[in-house]
Amino acid sequence: MDLVLSADQKLFRATVKGFLEKEAPLTRVRELADTSTGFDRDWWSRAAELGWTAMLVSEELGGGSVSGDGLLDLAIVAEEFGRGVGPGPLLATNIVLAGLAAATDGPDHSHIVEALVSGESVATWAVYEPGGQWSPLTPGLTAKPGSDGFVLDGVKDRVELAEQADLLLVTATTEQGLTQFLVPADAAGVSVEASRSLDLVRRFAEVRFAGVEVPGSAVVGLVGRAEPLVERQLQVAIVLQSAETCGALERVFEFTTQWAFDRYSFGRPLASYQALKHRFADMKTWIEACHATTGAAARAVQDGAEDAAELVSVAKSYVGSRSTQILQDCVQMHGGIGVTWEHDLHLYLRRATVNRALYGTPEDHRLRIADIIAPSERKTS
Amino acid sequence: MTDSTVEAVESFRLRARAWLAENMPRVDVDAVPPPPGDDDAEWVRTRELQKKLYAGGFAGICFPSEYGGLGLTPEHQRAFTEESEGYEMPLLLNVPTFSICAPTIMDMGSEQQKRERISAAIRGDEILVQFLSEPSGGSDLAGLVTRADRDGDTWVLNGAKTWSTCAYAADYALCLARTDWDAPKHRGLTMFLVKVHQPGITMRRITQVSGSTEFCEEFFDDLVLPADAVVGEVNGGWAVASRQLFHERTAVGGGSPFTSGRGTGRVSQPKPDLVQIARASGRAADPRVREMLGEGHALERVQEQLIRRVSIGLETGQMPSPAASIMRLGHAETDWRVDDLALEIAGGLAVSGEGPGRVGDNFLMRQGASLGGGSTEMSRNIISERILGMPREYAADRDVPFSQVKRGSS
Ligand SMILES: Cc1cc2nc3c(=O)[nH]c(=O)nc-3n(C[C@H](O)[C@H](O)[C@H](O)COP(=O)(O)OP(=O)(O)OC[C@H]3O[C@@H](n4cnc5c(N)ncnc54)[C@H](O)[C@@H]3O)c2cc1C
Repeated sequence: MDLVLSADQKLFRATVKGFLEKEAPLTRVRELADTSTGFDRDWWSRAAELGWTAMLVSEELGGGSVSGDGLLDLAIVAEEFGRGVGPGPLLATNIVLAGLAAATDGPDHSHIVEALVSGESVATWAVYEPGGQWSPLTPGLTAKPGSDGFVLDGVKDRVELAEQADLLLVTATTEQGLTQFLVPADAAGVSVEASRSLDLVRRFAEVRFAGVEVPGSAVVGLVGRAEPLVERQLQVAIVLQSAETCGALERVFEFTTQWAFDRYSFGRPLASYQALKHRFADMKTWIEACHATTGAAARAVQDGAEDAAELVSVAKSYVGSRSTQILQDCVQMHGGIGVTWEHDLHLYLRRATVNRALYGTPEDHRLRIADIIAPSERKTS
Repeated sequence: MTDSTVEAVESFRLRARAWLAENMPRVDVDAVPPPPGDDDAEWVRTRELQKKLYAGGFAGICFPSEYGGLGLTPEHQRAFTEESEGYEMPLLLNVPTFSICAPTIMDMGSEQQKRERISAAIRGDEILVQFLSEPSGGSDLAGLVTRADRDGDTWVLNGAKTWSTCAYAADYALCLARTDWDAPKHRGLTMFLVKVHQPGITMRRITQVSGSTEFCEEFFDDLVLPADAVVGEVNGGWAVASRQLFHERTAVGGGSPFTSGRGTGRVSQPKPDLVQIARASGRAADPRVREMLGEGHALERVQEQLIRRVSIGLETGQMPSPAASIMRLGHAETDWRVDDLALEIAGGLAVSGEGPGRVGDNFLMRQGASLGGGSTEMSRNIISERILGMPREYAADRDVPFSQVKRGSS
């Protein structure tokens, strides 16, 4: 993230870090891995009291941030989350809040926003569909007119923390086009089934919608006009995800470097071998570049800059591929211990691998970039 | 100039925009590039363009006013560079004249050297180059064997330098030579400012694989240098060279505040971008190619973002000066990958040297960006040793009088 933080932001970072180190150290994350929920709701309410769900929300609805640049402050939290592979719906809830905050037209959801900000409710975005790659604009899930609103039919998967969430933000196709709905997870006709999740605490699930009736007031924004909201949710998702990955890289690089000083072979530390020193130099350079591009994307999205969509895809293209490459190299630097369950490396590798794959792969985002820089040959689907 | 009188960046930008439109020629995108190796006309043009910038009050933006510059900030320079897009600019002066040699003289030179050399460069009257590498080696710069012997008030230079880019077109060179053979290697060096064209120097041009003859080789035969040619202290040349290498890494990484206009290349022929190559190859709609376009574009943007981050890190003291090597290494890697992508995108059409954007020729010079300005291996040594604090490489010549150091046969 940005090298230059204000005094308030530095203090804020220290508070976040302190809270996570005390309340969710890796030992706790490992314990949570064995629970059915992957995080603790009371704990999340306390995290929300620190403002982690308030930063993308206007002050009238109980929101606010340290610097006034909410997304930049939130990226600081995400980075600290990455350092400790934090549990809980930080990304899931904030992505939904980003969509709700951007939906200035349409039904009022302020009571829901307030419940999410207080940590009392948890929400998540249901956008992927079984067997599908990233294609948020063409959902197979349909919402047809019903007696009192809409009827939803279809299946979503890779829904983050769906088993724990109270509300689902569902991206659907209606006769008028792309539309998003806020659906209570306990609505009749909604069934949730946990999927096998690569990340030990960030769980995913499949959600089936069988004739789920929702009122017109469940629409987020305007019917048929969800595309800019989806783009906004995507941009926020990638910024937070990249910031989280940067934090993970930073932490793993620290302990891997320390390991290279402490571990000896042939009577000298690993850190004295040029073949390995050069790999550490490469990793250091790539990590700085990951920070640089994440910071630039965060700033652009925060400011609503013209090139925000492009810079988000640039960040995903770079951070997505480099992160897993760096982490695998760190595994290699550790030797055999690096591929054990006992070592913490895999906790980070799991998180980064999920982040790489989610919300469009680096390869998907390269195609998005191509559509921006060479639009005339763009494939129209 | 005091802070309160500094022109606001936006007002400077608007003034630059109007002035450029009025005074600078537009780049002719259809112009046929000159055959490699024949660039005398470009150098004439470069000096003319620099003189225009100077006359218009837009030369040496970040250099202090007492040495002929404008004394403005990197933000002003960035604004000017953005505005200059699409205009012919004296880009050949960016590296090494303005980004490496002039800042080194500014950091380490005498008052007279600063007043004379820097202002002459800003006026477009003089071009500066580097005489560092020698036939026996470039990475181990402090192991050089060109000698300068004291003769009364003067110095006598003997030896050879090589790979000196564009020396044929230059007026002065920063030349590092050995002045004490009994001291360990770093402590027996002195930096000199040498007039490039004078009796006692024989220059030969070297042809690169691309056909360019910008590389030169110089032989010194009893070349006499005046006492005031010394830059910094006698036997203190390593301190000067260290600043020079710092500026070089910053420049080669793309982060120098002293360059004006985007790029370091020819006046009229910017490197073709990947989209152009894809279109010229008829492949811009191929999804495989489009993924490569996205990747290349992302890498180039990330390199700019990295430069910005490290520049801020260096300016605010949050990163130590060896961090310039991070920009340098990032730049080389980006360049590699983009050259590879160009080749992959041109596909079968790269067979012919005539292919779109001369992709094949460019590819032959791919490693240039990883060698010039100090090799990427040296950058990796610096990053691992001076940023990460890893043990230094074993050096057989440490603390040994240079005359007793073993040397290679090639
Ligand atoms: C385009 C271009 C422009 C240049 N312009 C100039 C110029 O204007 N003025 C000037 O003086 N020089 C210039 N150079 C020279 C450049 O600085 C040298 O080529 C460079 O420093 C490497 O030195 P060398 O060629 O002697 O290779 P060597 O030092 O012999 O190195 C050969 C190989 O061994 C590697 N190597 C060497 N030592 C080590 C080590 N300790 N650890 C790991 N690897 C090592 C190097 O990285 C390289 O890959 C230019 C070079 C290029 C390509």
